[in-house]
Amino acid sequence: MAPVTLTKEKQKDYRSNSLWRLTLRRIFRQRSAVVGMVILGFLILVAIFANVIAPYDPIEVLIGVEDGVKKRSAPCVHILGCPEDQPQHIMGIDGNVRDQFSRVIYGSRISLMIGFTTIGFAIIIGTILGAISGYAGGLVDNIIMRTLDVLMAFPSLLLAITIVSILGPGLQNALLAIAIVTIPVYARVVRASVLSIKEMPYVAASRALGGSPLHILASRVLPNAIPPLIVTGTLGIGTAILDAAALSFIGLGAQPPLPEWGTMLGSERNQVFTAPHLVFFPGIAIMLTVLAFNLLGDGLRDAIDPRLGQAS
Amino acid sequence: MIQYTIRRLLMAIPVLLGILIVTFALARMIPGEPCKAMLGEKATAEVCERFNIRYGFDKPITTQFGIYMSDILKGDFGNSIRFSRPVTIILIERLPLTFELGSIALLIAIIIGIPAGVLSAVKRNSMIDVINMIFANIGVSMPVYWLGLMLAFVFAILLKDTPFWLPPTGRITAGLVAVPFYEVWGWSLAKESISYHIAEFIANLYIFNSLITGDWKVFVDTLKHLILPSLALSTIPLAIIARMTRSSMLEVMKQDYIRTARAKGLRKNKVILRHAFRNALLPIITIIGLQVGTIFAGAVLTESIFGLAGVGRILLEAITARDYPIIQAFTVVIAMGYVFINLIVDLSYVFIDPRIRLE
Repeated sequence: MAPVTLTKEKQKDYRSNSLWRLTLRRIFRQRSAVVGMVILGFLILVAIFANVIAPYDPIEVLIGVEDGVKKRSAPCVHILGCPEDQPQHIMGIDGNVRDQFSRVIYGSRISLMIGFTTIGFAIIIGTILGAISGYAGGLVDNIIMRTLDVLMAFPSLLLAITIVSILGPGLQNALLAIAIVTIPVYARVVRASVLSIKEMPYVAASRALGGSPLHILASRVLPNAIPPLIVTGTLGIGTAILDAAALSFIGLGAQPPLPEWGTMLGSERNQVFTAPHLVFFPGIAIMLTVLAFNLLGDGLRDAIDPRLGQAS
Repeated sequence: MIQYTIRRLLMAIPVLLGILIVTFALARMIPGEPCKAMLGEKATAEVCERFNIRYGFDKPITTQFGIYMSDILKGDFGNSIRFSRPVTIILIERLPLTFELGSIALLIAIIIGIPAGVLSAVKRNSMIDVINMIFANIGVSMPVYWLGLMLAFVFAILLKDTPFWLPPTGRITAGLVAVPFYEVWGWSLAKESISYHIAEFIANLYIFNSLITGDWKVFVDTLKHLILPSLALSTIPLAIIARMTRSSMLEVMKQDYIRTARAKGLRKNKVILRHAFRNALLPIITIIGLQVGTIFAGAVLTESIFGLAGVGRILLEAITARDYPIIQAFTVVIAMGYVFINLIVDLSYVFIDPRIRLE
């Protein structure tokens, strides 16, 4: 029999229906995912080119550098009618005579870093715990899950606050605390996936072929647990950024002069009545970043796994 | 039902025990000796030794935990190191404010969130739905403390000299006094008795207290003071409840029995409320229960912004001052409150959905 050959068009047809492409197409059909991706893309560009966009050094005190700068002076934008002879400060000057706009711009680097590292860490530890728990079952499962239950009995930000006060204030410790309090979420997601996947025929087949538990777990079970993890993780990044900013706001997270949005809000909070611009802009920046991750996460969930429902 | 309740209560015991162990351990792990944190420069070796003996810090950690457990069972959280007063008394003073603030915030979230979600689901993809969901998405993304500061700025500064002016800090205008109801009614309660403490707790719910004593001036004033903080605190729960209501309603409205109900000629509103909403309620109630945690955590930030002396703010202060007894007691109370509320949520399922077999 002659071998079956496909025409060029047919080949293209098959390729365009691959699982990846289908998923991608589904994602792009989600309005919220697209909006989220656009905002996030913008923020990533801002973070990468922060040194090009920002007109000043974010921690440089402008006294003696520029004539006539006063601390906490209002924004001065030339096209909005600010006299041309005054130096332009789009978001005004902060309490330590630094350019607020440059600080907000550089803040995007820190916040994105916070989001990715905390959730990355939480996912790794959570996956290990969840996989062990789900695969082993029995006593091990009980011990791990009950311990995580106790952690989940605390409101997460409160637990994070307590952990940071043990470890001592600072950005690194704040990140660690936020990662620790979010571990249970990922452990549960992975455990649930593992429990349903380990009963699948292909896992039984792999076991019959003599695959070791580690092999089965790593290359048969876990890859299938990835979609719900991506969705939960994307939504989790938003919350992590929000919580980290809250910790910095109360002085337990990033320390001045680091241009972190929560820290900037915290150090000018008492000036909200006299210099509202110093509080307004960092808050908007936090909101925009968190919004981007939430929209993207919602869209991904609807595209990848509609069964996950709309639980927040 | 009773059997289920008992079993559910028993199941909560290990979690509560875990909470006690974790809070005890966490409080002891906070670095720095409480003696040095409390007494500062006065903390010489001798003074610290006496201090440690007085507060039991010289005993082995297991003994400390044993004493701590047996005291808690007796309702005694020890004395605050910073204030030298029983923690239970401080709780009675501070908890009512947080309770009022949190309840009002949750009420706002429910009263606005559920109708908004139902409306969004019924008019899916309409202008109203899109606007609702944009606001809901912004709502969950907003830092509570930032919103609080912005609200304070708008209502206390921009709207100054207008009828919409609202006070940005405090709980009651200086000079006004919320007279406890038991004094108004002429009750004589023995100080330090249990009934006195309970009455004190209720009297510290200023809004409730002024309502039952008919003191409208205090009522309006305290309510005005709580509007901004509770608005700020309610945004995230509101947005989450609205989204949950929407998706749960959408799920139910796809069902066959909704079509049947419409087909047999029932009015649309009746179908939405009686058939769809009742069945969509379960996940909504669950998510409302989970919001209590968000509100407790948010209270820490909101209270410190609006200068309210509630549980959240004192907890934050206690952490910096290493006031172990307060940290332990307040964390335990908050975590237990959270577990308790979710227990009630679990039990309420039976009333909402009789199909749930309580095996």
